[in-house]
Amino acid sequence: MAMASSRLLWASRAASYLRISTFPRAFSTVLKDLKYAETHEWVKVEGDLATVGITDHAQDHLGDVVYVELPEVGTCVSQGNNFGAVESVKATSDINSPISGEVIAVNDELTEKPGLVNANPYEGGWIIKVKVKDAGELNSLMDDEKYSKFCEEEDGKH
Amino acid sequence: MRGLLACATLARRAGAAASGAGRRHLAGAAEAAEAELKKTALYDFHVAHGGKMVPFAGWSMPIQYKDSIMDSTLNCRANGSLFDVSHMCGLSLHGSQAIPFLETLVVADVAALKDGTGSLTVFTNEKGGAIDDSVVTKVTDKHVYLVVNAGCRDKDLAHIGAHMEAFNKKGGDVKWHIHDERSLLALQGPLAAPTLQLLTKEDLSKMYFSDFKMIDINGSACFLTRTGYTGEDGFEISVPSENALDLAKALLEKSEGKVRLTGLGARDSLRLEAGLCLYGNDMEQHTTPVEAGLSWAIGKRRRAEGGFLGAEVILKQLKEGPKIRRVGIFSQGPPPRSHSAIVSGDGSGENIGEVTSGGFSPCLKKNIAMGYVKSGLHKAGTEFKVVVRGKSYDAVVTKMPFVPTKYYKAP
Repeated sequence: MAMASSRLLWASRAASYLRISTFPRAFSTVLKDLKYAETHEWVKVEGDLATVGITDHAQDHLGDVVYVELPEVGTCVSQGNNFGAVESVKATSDINSPISGEVIAVNDELTEKPGLVNANPYEGGWIIKVKVKDAGELNSLMDDEKYSKFCEEEDGKH
Repeated sequence: MRGLLACATLARRAGAAASGAGRRHLAGAAEAAEAELKKTALYDFHVAHGGKMVPFAGWSMPIQYKDSIMDSTLNCRANGSLFDVSHMCGLSLHGSQAIPFLETLVVADVAALKDGTGSLTVFTNEKGGAIDDSVVTKVTDKHVYLVVNAGCRDKDLAHIGAHMEAFNKKGGDVKWHIHDERSLLALQGPLAAPTLQLLTKEDLSKMYFSDFKMIDINGSACFLTRTGYTGEDGFEISVPSENALDLAKALLEKSEGKVRLTGLGARDSLRLEAGLCLYGNDMEQHTTPVEAGLSWAIGKRRRAEGGFLGAEVILKQLKEGPKIRRVGIFSQGPPPRSHSAIVSGDGSGENIGEVTSGGFSPCLKKNIAMGYVKSGLHKAGTEFKVVVRGKSYDAVVTKMPFVPTKYYKAP
């Protein structure tokens, strides 16, 4: 397993590299009503149901998504922890859950059409739906304005 | 083979300063590394064209421009690509014994090459392992031109230099010149020849794959080799660095925008589709050219005579067959990457090899990989599994290249 994690790490780091050394460009779309994690996932909460995906900024930096590794329905995810992966042509990137809870649905359509993550990250490209355990966790996430600034700063560093 | 180690190298670099938090965001490591990076003559040109610059083998190089890696890869095969590969090290050996000397270090039959032609070759160590791969050109019987990998430059030069000193002490006559005054551009794809033809009087239709000429291109004295690292027809142009920018601009203009600047990311996809080795991934110190499937590059005379480092090991492997072999792989599931395990398909889970390069093929729209498996399991059609993040996925050995090559060969 040590091998497996180091493998995952290098691939993720390669992705990190693509991401952080980007040239300045038009800023990506962010949506109101969503909450954002520093690792570039979004969550939309309706009642005790949360939908999770990766942001426009994330998909833009990753490039063409060719595979999405989904968890199984029924698994439990926890805030800040990895539950799946997005593969672009060149690199692997972990997806962390912005919120804790039980996975009650996964977007099976991504198996056939991983490109939905690029084309439509906030709608057709959603990744999992989670039954929320603790809505209080949302307070530790960013709103749209904060997240926009966060991306701006991250890109601006390079 | 040559050039790109993008992912692996970046990972290793980033790894030095990586913390557990934020795998995707390792800004600190990058900043530290960026300060000491070398820049090619085209650095500002890359940045102005939206190049995403990353550290690569001590250089700041564009991994991609505004086009995605997918689009860049496809455009190279449909139209053409211009790559700045000036980080690679051009080297000339001069002297009446340049060829006998070089032959002590590489497996190629350099003497048998016609003047102005070249071949892929491998620098070997005492154990028959690969120090580097390189394209070697016999310019004349007193001049050999080589291009070695950027990431291997220091060790290659130390290796060649030490052996050259010893050779000359015994009365040999070899000198070297490292072409740091030159830049190297790779022009690849179906529009490479028609575009380049607009900038030179030389009749390129008479110049075939692996041919080399010293000619005037766009008003400057260039070394032109009909070779590349994409599987397409194309050229590598060694140009005096002060003329590199003008040449790059002229090539892009003459193609009317169809030949596009292409970064190391697409270069890696292209070479993988073409089944070409990346040194550091698919070939390392412990890999012999026989295991790597490069026996064809070991000249007939060299097989009979030996006389290069590690010849005993390599000649024995040629006779008896190697224990492991490089193979091409198609697989299901997520794209396999370097170091993904290859396990038996019979359910035993027995480890039978390892992936050395892998990814999603933009042209074939499926996963392709190369790796090493035990001999006997290397035949096309052999089924096994590759392990990605702890899960096994179906995989099958397939012939390489994955995408047919289009070299412009002599009739």
